[in-house]
Amino acid sequence: MMWLVNGVYLVVAVLFILGLKAMSSPVKARSGIAWAGVGMVLATLVTFLIPGMQNLALMLVAIVLGGGVAWWAGRVVKMTDMPQMVAIYNGMGGGAAALIAAVEFARAEVHGPIVGTLAVLGSLIGSVAFSGSVIAFLKLQGIMKKAIRLPGQNLINIALGLITIGLGVWIVISSVGVGTANPVLLVMFFVLSLALGAILTMPIGGADMPVVISLLNAFTGLAVGFEGYVLGNPTLIIAGIVVGASGTLLTQLMAKAMNRPILGVLFTPISGEAQAGGAIEGSMKEMTATDAAALMRYSEKVIVIPGYGMAVAGAQHKVWEMAKLLEEQGVEVSFAIHPVAGRMPGHMNVLLAEAGVPYEKIFDLDEINAEFPQTDVALVIGANDVVNPVARTDKSSPIYGMPILDADKARNCIVIKRGRGAGYSGVENALFYADNTSMLYGSAQQAVGDVIAQLKELV
Amino acid sequence: MTDLLYLYIFMLAAFVGYEVISRVPVILHTPLMSGSNFIHGVVLVGAMYALGHAETPLQIVLGFLAVLLGAANAAGGYVVTERMLAMFAPKKPKQLPGDSNAERGA
Repeated sequence: MMWLVNGVYLVVAVLFILGLKAMSSPVKARSGIAWAGVGMVLATLVTFLIPGMQNLALMLVAIVLGGGVAWWAGRVVKMTDMPQMVAIYNGMGGGAAALIAAVEFARAEVHGPIVGTLAVLGSLIGSVAFSGSVIAFLKLQGIMKKAIRLPGQNLINIALGLITIGLGVWIVISSVGVGTANPVLLVMFFVLSLALGAILTMPIGGADMPVVISLLNAFTGLAVGFEGYVLGNPTLIIAGIVVGASGTLLTQLMAKAMNRPILGVLFTPISGEAQAGGAIEGSMKEMTATDAAALMRYSEKVIVIPGYGMAVAGAQHKVWEMAKLLEEQGVEVSFAIHPVAGRMPGHMNVLLAEAGVPYEKIFDLDEINAEFPQTDVALVIGANDVVNPVARTDKSSPIYGMPILDADKARNCIVIKRGRGAGYSGVENALFYADNTSMLYGSAQQAVGDVIAQLKELV
Repeated sequence: MTDLLYLYIFMLAAFVGYEVISRVPVILHTPLMSGSNFIHGVVLVGAMYALGHAETPLQIVLGFLAVLLGAANAAGGYVVTERMLAMFAPKKPKQLPGDSNAERGA
């Protein structure tokens, strides 16, 4: 029977890699997830056939229960809440990897220093991914509002990290020959690993969250790969390490887009309290929806810059409706997407695609930044830090050096925003005080709705 | 020798992961992260193996939790990714404004 199981596992590994490859092209992406899905079903079914498996009924219950609830939650959740769903499902995978190691230690099946090291590493990384993802979920869901920063945070992180690693080394050494370690030691190790994940993630605020989710995703991949070695299962190794490697690269791409080194994200997070100074001179000018509609209606070129505010308000359909109205009047409308707009790279693209905005109207930062000086109106909808010119000029600002969309270089700039507060990173936005900027207060949904109504009047 | 073979698998898989993602357009970053999140849901298989060989009540409880979480990772990861990618369908059926209909293209 094992030949069948192993043969299918091999096919599954191929399906995963092909699936992931297909997912990297917009045309084939949907077939990619289907291939990977077939692989997952095959892998699960064939695992029941491994000789000597017990607790099969219990296993079925756990699969139906865990899979069913997650399936249901994944279907009903709003598109705007997708980032935190990715975070929480990722955390569960990390938790599962850590639990596998826990079972193997309880069974005294961890033989040899290599297996021991990888089991311990997998538990550590998996636990960090679990608790870190839970914190990320709570933050994105708005349940945990503030970035919590302990005094001497970095020291505590380092101390906790070193103690946990020390315990891990102790477990590896003491498990050689017996296949397990002192239960007290193991429990302490798991508890500290979980605490480490939570404490690392808690102080990280706002703009850095996409990087953290991506990093934790890569972590879970590595943990799964390591536990695959512990169980002697090449499919787990391949799938886990492929995700670990691609996730690490993705994290680097994101961190680069924000000009924040990954270590900087983890150890010196942007926090609201840190920039009390840096007050900006001037005042914000308010404008009405009527003015905004007229200004855009008689423009030649409008660039829309969506941000998290649009996602929260679910205004992407309204925004596209407005863009279509403008285009009917001969206005050229394009969409500019900052690499980290929203809470995840590509988040805005997904939302705009949902609303039906064609690809060719959506541009990256590099593609569109040169066009702002020839643009009549830059319409900023619920974006803040990604258009803050302070990132170019103020060396003392925590977002200094981050590439931004040059909305301030457009002839006019309209900012749709709910209130006067600072951005998610807590940094004041100099754009809002610029002479050519006007503020249109209100939720994206309502403000864009008003503009649409006014545009229809103007026809 | 077996250990060495596993090391080869580790190394090759790392290169594959790096290669696969290095040519991805930005618009697919979030779906791809979600897709890779689904793929590491194969941890379910490892969890099933662990539960399948569990004997004491403690082992069974830990194994049960592992399968529960692993299954949630796999199922949830699939649905979320599929919903995101449904939006990239070249010709979509009529979509009402609103999020709950997003999976219609599935």
